[in-house]
Order: sequence, then structure tokens, then C-alpha cells
Amino acid sequence: MVVISESMVESDIEDLTTGNSWGAMVVTMLRKYPLGAFGAFIVFLMIFLAIFANVITPYDPVLNSFENMLTPPNAQFWLGTDQFGRDILTRIIYGSRTALFVGFSCAIIGAFTGLVLGVASAYFGGRFDLIFQRVMDVFMAFPLIIMALAVVAVFGTGTQNVIIAITIPFIPRCARVVRSSALSIREIPYVDAARALGFTHTRIILRHMVPNVMAPFLIMLTAFVGQAILLEASLSYLGLGVQEPVPAWGLMLQGGAEEYAESAPWVAIWPGVAISLAVFGFNLFGDSLRDALDPKLRQQ
Amino acid sequence: MSPETDTAVVQGSKAKLGEILVDVKNLKMYFPITEGIMITRTVAEVKAVDGISFHINKGETLGLVGESGCGKTTIGRCILQLEKATQGEIFFEGQDLTKLSQKQMSPIREKIQVIFQDPFSSLNPRMKIGDILGEPIKVHGIIPDKAKREARVRELLSLCGLNPRFADRYPHEMSGGQRQRVGVARALALNPEFIICDEAVSALDVSIQAQVINLLEDLRDEFDLTYLFISHDLSVIRHICHRVAVMYLGHMVELAECDELYDHPHHPYTRALLAAVPIPDPTVEAKRAHKVVQGEVPSPINPPSGCVFHPRCPKAVDSCSKNVPEFREIKPGHWVACTEV
Repeated sequence: MVVISESMVESDIEDLTTGNSWGAMVVTMLRKYPLGAFGAFIVFLMIFLAIFANVITPYDPVLNSFENMLTPPNAQFWLGTDQFGRDILTRIIYGSRTALFVGFSCAIIGAFTGLVLGVASAYFGGRFDLIFQRVMDVFMAFPLIIMALAVVAVFGTGTQNVIIAITIPFIPRCARVVRSSALSIREIPYVDAARALGFTHTRIILRHMVPNVMAPFLIMLTAFVGQAILLEASLSYLGLGVQEPVPAWGLMLQGGAEEYAESAPWVAIWPGVAISLAVFGFNLFGDSLRDALDPKLRQQ
Repeated sequence: MSPETDTAVVQGSKAKLGEILVDVKNLKMYFPITEGIMITRTVAEVKAVDGISFHINKGETLGLVGESGCGKTTIGRCILQLEKATQGEIFFEGQDLTKLSQKQMSPIREKIQVIFQDPFSSLNPRMKIGDILGEPIKVHGIIPDKAKREARVRELLSLCGLNPRFADRYPHEMSGGQRQRVGVARALALNPEFIICDEAVSALDVSIQAQVINLLEDLRDEFDLTYLFISHDLSVIRHICHRVAVMYLGHMVELAECDELYDHPHHPYTRALLAAVPIPDPTVEAKRAHKVVQGEVPSPINPPSGCVFHPRCPKAVDSCSKNVPEFREIKPGHWVACTEV
């Protein structure tokens, strides 16, 4: 569409092509980022399984069945059963619900809080920024798992507390990354223009700065989902996370891995594979997202 | 600069074009250079603007000219309250802006607007043109109705010579000249009285420059706007300004009516500046004897004593390094900070 009007003098009015179909876009994405597409496939498969878990699986994930205890993988139980006779495939599929719920809750809450705090810190600058960043340093100094352990020790176990425990260490990590890119945006004239127009600090931060730090933010967000899944599994494995009989991958490792590692290895292997695949998928997806969003990388 | 000179500048205003709109008195902007992390101490100061006084009459265009780093932009930012001035007063319609809180400043911001130099970084890349222009109108509650506001955005666009359909575009879909027109439209969105044009045309190529300058002139006549036109381009300044102020290293060295300044420059720095303007005719240009000012601009951290220009001045005498020259009126409306003219 070429717009021509007598009032316009510049000749370089671009031909704006719109209406690229979604199908064509997916094909180009597949070709450009095959690994990212694979990651996206795992992510969407997980989401699909989590939503339709009760339709897909014929077994109950919680009900014990003592006649089927520790059955090796066969036609009836594809991945075998655990020490209580529960189907492992069923528990893995139901476990993806826990993993995704914890993963997304932690990533979204942690990343968004970090986003706003990071941009605010960069925008106000000066003493506020200095003190705020030192507080963040304190949080960053704890290894993630130690921090999560401390929170669980204070609040107790359970899904909700696991989410809190994982979210808190995410906030400073996101705030730090977002702040560094917000610092450069702070000096761009459109922020000055917004101030000259008399906008409030809140409006400038949320409407003018936050949308412009979206690229690093989205990468943090996807990376956080993978990390949160891993952390939840770690905490559950340590007995500090989700409690039995809720199906969770980390918990499945704890139940089976130690006692039956030699006699019934399938009890430990399959939940481990599920965790690895999920984290791998989210990381691949995040990496490709970064490449796709970074105009500098895109040109090369 | 002594207090006497400040009052002298105000008296010398000769309110030709009406009342005084902006009155800057003894403005100083020192940027501290600090050391230490928690307990900071100032080790030096960059004297970006060092005691400047001037006024702008209603409906007038004041040109502010000088080389890079002389403090032109800092003055603009101080008036906009984007920087907190170290010292001095900035009166706008009789109110001292330096003493207002952010809340008190808000209604005044509607009246003072700015056009930035770089059209590529002064527009938010994530917002459509329609939102960029509509947001200030909405925030200041000028037109609460959405449909009417969109009509106003279209009106602003066509006023600035852009197709109203551009409201649905993003800044990256436009050329530099078109973006700068959006910048002008945004400055006009709140019906301001005073617009600071901070190198508003410097980033554009010459043909687009002429269009934007003509646009600014048309808008000035249509809406009785007052401009502070900051530029390093002497020919642009001459074209658009009523009065011109010349700056050097944070100080004002000469202030006069536009034609007076260009035809009878008195300060040695102004003369050197005007002599550096190339003449479009190559044969004349080749014959011309160039008198280039020697040396480099001194650092604003440690400016020379006395007259800041004395180390490079062809007319300098011994006393120049000791006494700060008074900003005096040598002819009605023509002010020079030099003892030797």
C-alpha cells in the first residue's frame, strides 16, 4: 500500500507489506531456528499433556495398586510401575501439571517483579539505585538452592511455599539484567521527551521504559521457567517441596531412586528424563527467542 | 558575572515584541565529578553553564549559537527542568521554575515544550504515532473523549505536513524528516506558548532542514509561538531568529538583533565564528583569507581565568586574563562581553 498525499514531500514512503500468514511464519521460524522449534515442540507438548492429563491416561496417579508393584515396562504399563504399583507414565504426565504450575508461577511473578524494580532502579538512579542494588546483591549472594531452603525452613513445605521459595531468588536476577538495559534507555531522548510532557514517574516507567526492555526480559522469563522446574524437582527430591501423594517429578526420583536403583531402574530413569527434557526444551526455546528478538543477531 | 550585569540585561530588553515570557537570571549549571561509593565527595565540577542571563520576549525567536560543548543544550534542559540548576532563576510568566515542585510544574509543562535533535531516538519505538501524540493530550486531560482526541491527532499530523493515516504507523516505518515532523507535532500537542528547539534540524539533510524550518516559521506565525532556537548552524539561525545570543564555554559573549549581529559582530569570538561559515561560491571561497582561531576549546572543568576566551583571542591584552569582562550594551540592544571593543 503506497500512501500519497500532496502534503507529503519525502519520497521514501515504504511499501508496507502486511498479512504474512501464520503458516508461512511458522515455516520460516522452523527453517531459521530448528533447535528453537524443537524446544517449542517440547514446551507445547508439556502444556498439552498437562491440560489433558485425565483424558490421556487410563490410570489414577495417586491410587495404590499392590498387585502391580514394581512392574517392569510392558505393554500395559509402558514405563513400568513404582513401589506402590502406580503407573509411572501416568504420574509423569500428571507431574507435568505440577512442574508447569510451579515453573510458570515462579517465572512470571519473579520476572515481572524484577522487571518493574529493575526499571525503577535505573530510572530514579542516584542513591535509590545504589541502595537498592546493594539489597539485590545480598539476595544474589545466596546460592539459589540455599535461599529456597531457608524460605521453606521458615514457611514450611507445600506447593505454595515452594513457589515463594523459588520466586524470591529470581527477583534480583531479573532486576539486575533489566536494570542494565534500562540504564541505556534512560538516556535516550524519548524518556526526556516524556518528562518534558509532564508524565508521572509511574507512566514513564511502565509505558515508556518497560516495553523497551522486553527482549532481555522475555529471555529471562523463559530461562526462569526451566530453572524453576529444576529447582522444584530439587526441593521435592530433598523432601522440602511438594509432598506425597501429589505427582511431582522430583518426588518420584526421591521415592524410587535410592531403594530400587538396581532392581527397578525405570522408577528413577523416567522422571529424570522428563526433568531433563523439560529444562532442555525451555532453554532451547529461550535461546532462539533471544536470537529472534535481537536485531543485531538477526542481521548476521 | 556580577549582579549588576544581570539587571543590565533585563533593562536592555527593549520590549519590542511585547512582554517578557522567559527570563533567565544568572543561571549556573555545574555538573559535579564525584569520587567514592557510599560517601561521595566532589572532586571537580564541569561548569557547563556559568552565570548566564537573558530573556525572551513573547512571540520572539531567540537563537542560541555556539560550538559543541559550550552549554547550549544544558540551558534548554535547565529551562525544561530536566536538570536542576545549580544556581540562578528561570522565570516563566513571572514564576520561578527552579523553585517549583514536580506537581506544581505539571501545568507549566503544558506551556513549555521541546523538539529534540535526533528524530530517531526522540520517539518511543514501541508506540504508534497516534499514541505518541495522543498520550500527552490524554494525560493532561485536555480532550478526554477518545474519538475527539483521535481527530485532534489527525489534525496535528496534517498541520505538520504529514498524512493523517500515519497515526497507525510506528516510528521505524517513517523517514527522518517525517519523524522530525512528528516531533514537532508532539511539541504542539499541548498548545504550548514556548518551544525549545534543541538542534531541531541539525540531524536532517539540507532540503529537509529547509522544510522543517519553514514549518516552524509557519507554526510560529499561526500560533504566536516563542522559540528558543538552539543550533550551531549560523545560516539556519540567521534565517529564523529575531535575536541571537553567542555562547562560548558556558558564557554568553554577544547578544544582538539578528542582522546587527551578522553585519556588525563585535566580539572576537563571534567574528571568528562568522568567518568560519563557508561561502557557497567556490571562486569567492578560494580567494578568501581564512583567519582560524588558534588552539582548542579549554576544558569546562578548569576554565581560563578572566575572560574565558583570552587564550585564543587575537585581541587579548594582559588585563583579559585577570578581569572578567562585563556584559555591556555598546549599542541599544547589542551586548558584548569584551573590554576591547
